[in-house]
Amino acid sequence: MKFRFKLGTALALAALLPVAANGAAMVAPDGVQIKDGTVAGSLTGAAGDPAAGKKWFVGRKLGNCLACHANSDTASEPFHGQVGPALDGVAARYSEDEMRAILVNSKQIFGDATIMPAFYSIMTDKRVRKEFEGKTILTAQQVEDVIAYLKTLKE
Amino acid sequence: MRVSRFGVAMAGALAGGMFIGGHALALPEGIETVKVAPPSKDHPLPEIVSGWNFRAPETQALQSDDFENPGFIWVEQGAELWDAVDGSEGKACASCHGDAAESMASVGAEMPKWSEAKGKPINLEQQINACRTERMGAKAWKWESGELLGMTTFVRNQSRGTPVNVQTDGPMKPWFEKGQNLYYARVGQLDLACANCHQDYYGKRIRADLLSQGQSNGFPTYRLKWQKIGSLHRRFKGCMKQVRAKPYKVGSDEFLALELYVNWRGEGLPVEAPAVRQ
Ligand code: HEC
Ligand code: HEC
Repeated sequence: MKFRFKLGTALALAALLPVAANGAAMVAPDGVQIKDGTVAGSLTGAAGDPAAGKKWFVGRKLGNCLACHANSDTASEPFHGQVGPALDGVAARYSEDEMRAILVNSKQIFGDATIMPAFYSIMTDKRVRKEFEGKTILTAQQVEDVIAYLKTLKE
Repeated sequence: MRVSRFGVAMAGALAGGMFIGGHALALPEGIETVKVAPPSKDHPLPEIVSGWNFRAPETQALQSDDFENPGFIWVEQGAELWDAVDGSEGKACASCHGDAAESMASVGAEMPKWSEAKGKPINLEQQINACRTERMGAKAWKWESGELLGMTTFVRNQSRGTPVNVQTDGPMKPWFEKGQNLYYARVGQLDLACANCHQDYYGKRIRADLLSQGQSNGFPTYRLKWQKIGSLHRRFKGCMKQVRAKPYKVGSDEFLALELYVNWRGEGLPVEAPAVRQ
């Protein structure tokens, strides 16, 4: 009984604090603090990889940011969306911590009516298809990668 | 190399854009407009526009010519089935309804209708199957089967050019409201509602697709992507899947309510079935 209780607590803690590849604590989706339109510091405890981030940005099954945003840096990709603002120079408009908040849960920044999905939040009671249930659109690592990429979009 | 491919894609998109609203091509026979004014100030859209208006000139051209329009394969199949005797009662649709051009001239624009017998609305697919099981002693056709798509397309085609006009008051009211709630409900991992795409951003490109108002007046619609004609409920399913939501079932009460509500949003648009879309 006692043992099972301890194991349960350990599992619950593990779920809250998964450990990133580099050993640093990873922030779980429901543990992210959005304050004054920012999320302070990396979700993984480490910086992302801009080259990987560019892939997630473009990938239709991942961020698919291009579905809604145009971006000159990825001009070689056909079909850029017109739903959101162009992301050219986005790093000059937002700090890293602000961009992280936009990605984690855009509704907290732009308001509930925004069409932009929350990329690091778990949807409950939303008829989420089985294969995506309990999952975020991007992983913490992928969010950091995309941010690292957005930081290169200075003009 | 890749840059030039992008150039071609953009040129194509621009060429498509130049025609939008311009009616550069002839409209399908019997259709005089693809845009109408909203019937009242409370309507959620400032203008009501058929999906035809948002498609590339090549796609519009395919729809404009009945000989080129691949949806007519299903119209023809439906016409044959109209006269075909089936079931234990030895009857065909024509036994009760005679000439479809007369008897079915407007019903396609008025579905779903209130069914006193069922105590709920009934759409065209369901009415066809009700006639088969209850009057012909024949088996119901499966949803998305060639037969049901053929008959639905044939019957809807008889109303081509007739403005969509559905009942939303009286016993239909709670169904209308249910449909409206579904239209504005954000679902799926992407947490999006029909209205996010088809009300807030129609006329804008979402990657390769140009968002329309998601109107239903063209259904059943031949989709180049499907290489087949498809029902409105199949399209609803596709849109829900795309936001990573568990879709409702074709023929479900939810999609029936949504169909009623979406048809109301397009009131006044002429029926186009079979439309052609990308
Ligand atoms: C379905 C549409 C959609 C998708 C997908 C989307 N966005 Fe957005 N995004 C928007 C809209 C719309 C806005 C503008 C705010 C608003 O109107 O709600 C926005 C705003 C932004 C902004 C602020 C831009 C500015 O100049 O103010 C950033 C940064 C951003 N998005 C990044 C991303 C990234 C990175 C991704 C992919 C991981 C992404 N977006 C995916 C629709 C989208
Ligand atoms: C993420 C965006 C998105 C959402 C959310 C969405 N759709 Fe769509 N829908 C599309 C796209 C893209 C198309 C194909 C291009 C077009 O006609 O807009 C489409 C097409 C349609 C069509 C066909 C229109 C025609 O002229 O053939 C209908 C009907 C439709 N949607 C209804 C719905 C309904 C009802 C919902 C909610 C259950 C919904 N859509 C949710 C993106 C969306």
